[in-house]
Amino acid sequence: MGSASSPSSESHLDCDVLVLGGGPAGTWAALEAAKSGARVILADKGFCGTSGATAPSGTSVWYVPPDPERRHAAIVSREALGGHLADRAWSARVLDATYDGLNHLGERGYPFPLDEAGAPIRVSLQGPEYMRLMRKLVKGAGVRILDHSPALELLVDGGGAVAGARGIRRQQGDAWRVHAGAVVIATGGCAFLSRALGCTALTGDGHLMAAEAGADFSGMEFSNAYAIAAAFSSVTKTLFYKWATFTDAGGDEIPGAASNGGRSVIARHLQTGPVFARLDRADDAMRQSMRSAQPNFFLPFDRMGIDPFTQRFPVTLHLEGTVRGTGGLRIVDETCATGVPGLYAAGDAATRELICGGFTGGGSHNAAWAISSGRWAGRAAADHGRRAHTGAARQGAGTVGLRDAGARPFDPAEAARTVLAEVHPFERNYFRTEAGLGAALDRLDRQWEGLRAAAAADRDGVLRTREAAAMTAVARWMYRSALARTESRGMHRRMEHAGADPAQRHYLTSGGLDAVFVSRRPAPALATNGAEIAA
Amino acid sequence: MIEIVSPSRCTACNICVSACPTNVFDKTPGAPPVIARPDDCQTCFMCELYCPEDALYVSPKAGGWQGISEDDLVAAGTLGSYRAAIGWTAGTAELRRVDTMHRVLKGG
Ligand SMILES: Cc1cc2nc3c(=O)[nH]c(=O)nc-3n(C[C@H](O)[C@H](O)[C@H](O)COP(=O)(O)OP(=O)(O)OC[C@H]3O[C@@H](n4cnc5c(N)ncnc54)[C@H](O)[C@@H]3O)c2cc1C
Ligand code: SF4
Ligand code: SF4
Repeated sequence: MGSASSPSSESHLDCDVLVLGGGPAGTWAALEAAKSGARVILADKGFCGTSGATAPSGTSVWYVPPDPERRHAAIVSREALGGHLADRAWSARVLDATYDGLNHLGERGYPFPLDEAGAPIRVSLQGPEYMRLMRKLVKGAGVRILDHSPALELLVDGGGAVAGARGIRRQQGDAWRVHAGAVVIATGGCAFLSRALGCTALTGDGHLMAAEAGADFSGMEFSNAYAIAAAFSSVTKTLFYKWATFTDAGGDEIPGAASNGGRSVIARHLQTGPVFARLDRADDAMRQSMRSAQPNFFLPFDRMGIDPFTQRFPVTLHLEGTVRGTGGLRIVDETCATGVPGLYAAGDAATRELICGGFTGGGSHNAAWAISSGRWAGRAAADHGRRAHTGAARQGAGTVGLRDAGARPFDPAEAARTVLAEVHPFERNYFRTEAGLGAALDRLDRQWEGLRAAAAADRDGVLRTREAAAMTAVARWMYRSALARTESRGMHRRMEHAGADPAQRHYLTSGGLDAVFVSRRPAPALATNGAEIAA
Repeated sequence: MIEIVSPSRCTACNICVSACPTNVFDKTPGAPPVIARPDDCQTCFMCELYCPEDALYVSPKAGGWQGISEDDLVAAGTLGSYRAAIGWTAGTAELRRVDTMHRVLKGG
């Protein structure tokens, strides 16, 4: 067993742009960077084309034709839900870039359905089809893809600029090292190993790597998205539960339970007993539409012999953390730069507050953001990467699990369990309180200290070690931010502070490794017709 | 959770070994891949979609098996059913263009 940094079995590559993560954001970034002539490498923890939250599911996309009225309506539609933190100028840019991106996808062969007049309908993408095409386009553009090759840490030059990354090749049992002029973090959100569809690889690795290089975060309090699924299943599709009747163990309807606006009622009931659903509010035509819209939704039911329209089945809520939550790496300008030279962020790894505020990015905005931010980050990284001075000495910026700190290595499975016990339970993360958050933070801070003191992991254990460290770090930024926001806004709810406090209509920046900090930034000015009233 | 690699159908092409995003399978020389790390399976069904022989079965239970036999699956027409449902088999390609999500989004 070699040590994690043994140079003898390390393949060494050079490029202008290194993209970490091969979901929608990473593939759009790679495509755009390659288009401008840059030499691009994309490394994915899993397989680019099947990994991440989009590949196994179906995604609605925020695709709105450039008609000023429709665009305006789209922009304002979620403003109140998001606690008036979204930015209209950013929303308009995203709508433009997404519209253009999807039209491009149609030209490159995505089989969009056609309306009666034969015109393509571009509001939805089937994950397997979409990501298979993205892989093909990326390869066709000359991008070198490293599959099953998780990044472990960023490399920085003497001036602190990000200049590459280092990782392992799981199927070869060796390591890779890429020197790059710029790096795009597109590693997705952090879903804390909940069973939500496609979320297993999403453990916040990119968040930790970026923080180690000096980047910070925004909106990490908006990190408690929970989605509805059949209790036995991974497939989360809250939208379809709009047509559900929710009942308790005795078969009585649960008052107030609903997929939207009544999910907390479901969470409350799940704390004490099972909750059942039946999608009996959908009429026959809708049932047919649902089936042909999302084959993946019906697969588990068919295989269990359950007709979800006529039979009751138990449901649960899977935590989707910052995947359908909106917090992530803070971006400092329209190129999706992070503030650390050479480092860009795209997709769920970045904050989506700019277009969602504190409301979920699921159900169209996230997909649009992945396309738009991916393209912007890819283009800017190519510009920066081609100009960056190559040949400079680089060193690894990583901490936990990579550098020997003396104490014995820790058990990553045990460390992961500790984090999950703090972030999964509704009483801690859904229904947040000062006491609950504070106690959780004490335990998470202690865990971080322990991880920091440990020895480097060996090659077999290093991936799980880094994942556990990343989840610990993400949980601390989340809960420190949640503690600082003494109000309820967007998805963040504090039990002792019901309602939004107009004085707290600001963004929260968070970051730091050993000492976690939180600070405020002003939110964009309120549009006159969107004025917030005191709760 | 991944439950079955059918030895009678599998041609040992190892596509699933590459395509599984969580690296659940291991190659075996000249033989079907083995399910080496079932606990890492995220029940995403992607391996079924990429297997050209419809030799794989993923139980819909996240983190559990159904204890179902290949004969039962064949009898019920389950092997390859998801691949067919999304239009990825030779006879079903027209389904690739069927996506009624816009109706769902408008409805209700
Ligand atoms: C079931 C489900 C349904 C959804 N439906 C919708 C919807 O209808 N509309 C919508 O807008 N949004 C939806 N979302 C959200 C949407 O899927 C995500 O916003 C989108 O996938 C984000 O793209 P991404 O590329 O940023 O991240 P992902 O698609 O999650 O990709 C991240 C990639 O990074 C890789 N990675 C992780 N760590 C590392 C590492 N250390 N090194 C290298 N690579 C790494 C992963 O393997 C993965 O391939 C849904 C999410 C889920 C879970
Ligand atoms: S993809 Fe199918 S045929 Fe190929 S090795 Fe895997 S199970 Fe066998
Ligand atoms: S269901 Fe997904 S995670 Fe499980 S073996 Fe198949 S491809 Fe891998």
